[in-house]
Amino acid sequence: MALYNDIVMDNFLNPKNVGELENPDGTGVYGSPVCGDMMQIQIKVDENEKITDAKFKTFGCGSAIASSSMATSMIIGKTVEEALQLTNKQIINELGGLPPVKVHCSVLADKAIKNAIYDYAQKTGKHYAALEGYDPEADEDDEHGEEE
Amino acid sequence: MRKVYLDYSATTPVKEEVLKEMIPYFTEKFGNPSSLYDIGLESKDAVTHAREQVAALINARPQEIYFTAGGTEADNWAVFGTAEKFKEKGNHIITTKIEHHAMLHSCAFLEKEGFDVTYLDIDKDGFIDLRQLEEAITEKTILISIMLVNNEIGTIEPIKEAAAIAKKHGVLFHTDAVQGLGNVAIDVKDMGVDMMSVSSHKIYGPKGSGALYIRKGVNIDNYMHGGGQENRRRAGTENLAGIVGFGKAAQLARINFDKHVEHCSKVRNHLKDRILAEIPDTFVNGTMDKRHPGNLNITFKYIEGESILLLLNQFGISVSTGSACSSASLEPSHVLSALGVPVEMIHGTVRFTVGDFTTMEDVDYVVDNLKTIVAKLREISSVNAKKGW
Repeated sequence: MALYNDIVMDNFLNPKNVGELENPDGTGVYGSPVCGDMMQIQIKVDENEKITDAKFKTFGCGSAIASSSMATSMIIGKTVEEALQLTNKQIINELGGLPPVKVHCSVLADKAIKNAIYDYAQKTGKHYAALEGYDPEADEDDEHGEEE
Repeated sequence: MRKVYLDYSATTPVKEEVLKEMIPYFTEKFGNPSSLYDIGLESKDAVTHAREQVAALINARPQEIYFTAGGTEADNWAVFGTAEKFKEKGNHIITTKIEHHAMLHSCAFLEKEGFDVTYLDIDKDGFIDLRQLEEAITEKTILISIMLVNNEIGTIEPIKEAAAIAKKHGVLFHTDAVQGLGNVAIDVKDMGVDMMSVSSHKIYGPKGSGALYIRKGVNIDNYMHGGGQENRRRAGTENLAGIVGFGKAAQLARINFDKHVEHCSKVRNHLKDRILAEIPDTFVNGTMDKRHPGNLNITFKYIEGESILLLLNQFGISVSTGSACSSASLEPSHVLSALGVPVEMIHGTVRFTVGDFTTMEDVDYVVDNLKTIVAKLREISSVNAKKGW
């Protein structure tokens, strides 16, 4: 009996995409140390609006780190439009499930990615339907998102 | 893989000598202590013997020891038994912000029933303020309950002084001594307490076994209703093997007391000295004076406790954390909050508790791995010493 499944543990013990990009095209931060978890996700986007690289830095528990690792892996190679369609539920599915109290970690990763893309859109003046009315500061009181 | 257990305040392994005493009471000596034939009387003798052993550890009279199913039941009994008995006299209880949930949640229940509860603060070292205690007493106060040793930061509260204040005002005084038993010298007469909760599994005895000391002359209502066991004050067929084990564990704790305290302090101090010297941005929560000899509570800044716990677990090391992420309630430690530790730093807190079986080599193994683990998590973290929080 373990706290997390093997996929979550592997992403926690050997996280992919840890670090910061030198000249990121977008940076998103979500959460706060007071709440117990804070993620920063940075993206590199090419001229075809494809995400060529993503890096994360996370203060948080095992599932927060695992969610960051999985979420960044999932968006690399996708277009910005495609990445915007990503949901916290997909992150959970790729992780093979999270304990119910940890679902909010996947929401955090999802929000940090959206914030990174929002930052990219702001800097480049690009518009995305999925970001209509999007508020990067929105405090998701109900951070529990969709459960599996 | 090497296994290093550093969570002795959570529970302890049952010592071989204790287990050996218990085993016959599951099989050939299984009689009900209330039965009047030989194997029943033999069981009754065993319970009496255990009662003497537990009483000796806290300098109580054997007839002042009432066996329960553990510390939580003892706390519940003290609170609800007092409240029920004295509800006509008053509806005010004084306790502290750093009690175990067995006390806090019992008090919260009574608040819903119309009781008023005052929760005393602690200072930056972890101690209650005796003046605040005395000022909180009203004519409606029926119970003061203050823990002897805190389970998270190990601070030893001034129980003798607090009990004297209670006595001066004619208020019953209870102390939860679950973490104190076997780790600090306890003399119920010298301390002047009316009630004390103790538990077996924190002193190398079995789980599901504890006791409430009720000073002779103190009357509170019963909590468990049924048969006439425990001098008609706590119903239910005795947990015979559990009680025998508790008795033996208490006897060993009394005999080994000085050695135990010296050993735990030495090992704990080595752990503290190495962590503080070799891992930057760390600090101890609570004073090192007047502290449980095996307790160390450390904040590792810029990282989160559950990640530390999980990585230590990969190396066979068991610890606990005050982080919200590791608790079912997702609430950060109420003790560290009361101590004034900033919330972001409570998340990075680890409690290490050493015991009789912890060696200096165990501690070195833990610190060597801890250094790598903390460095790795700080590398991943979005906050750091340079950026700040």
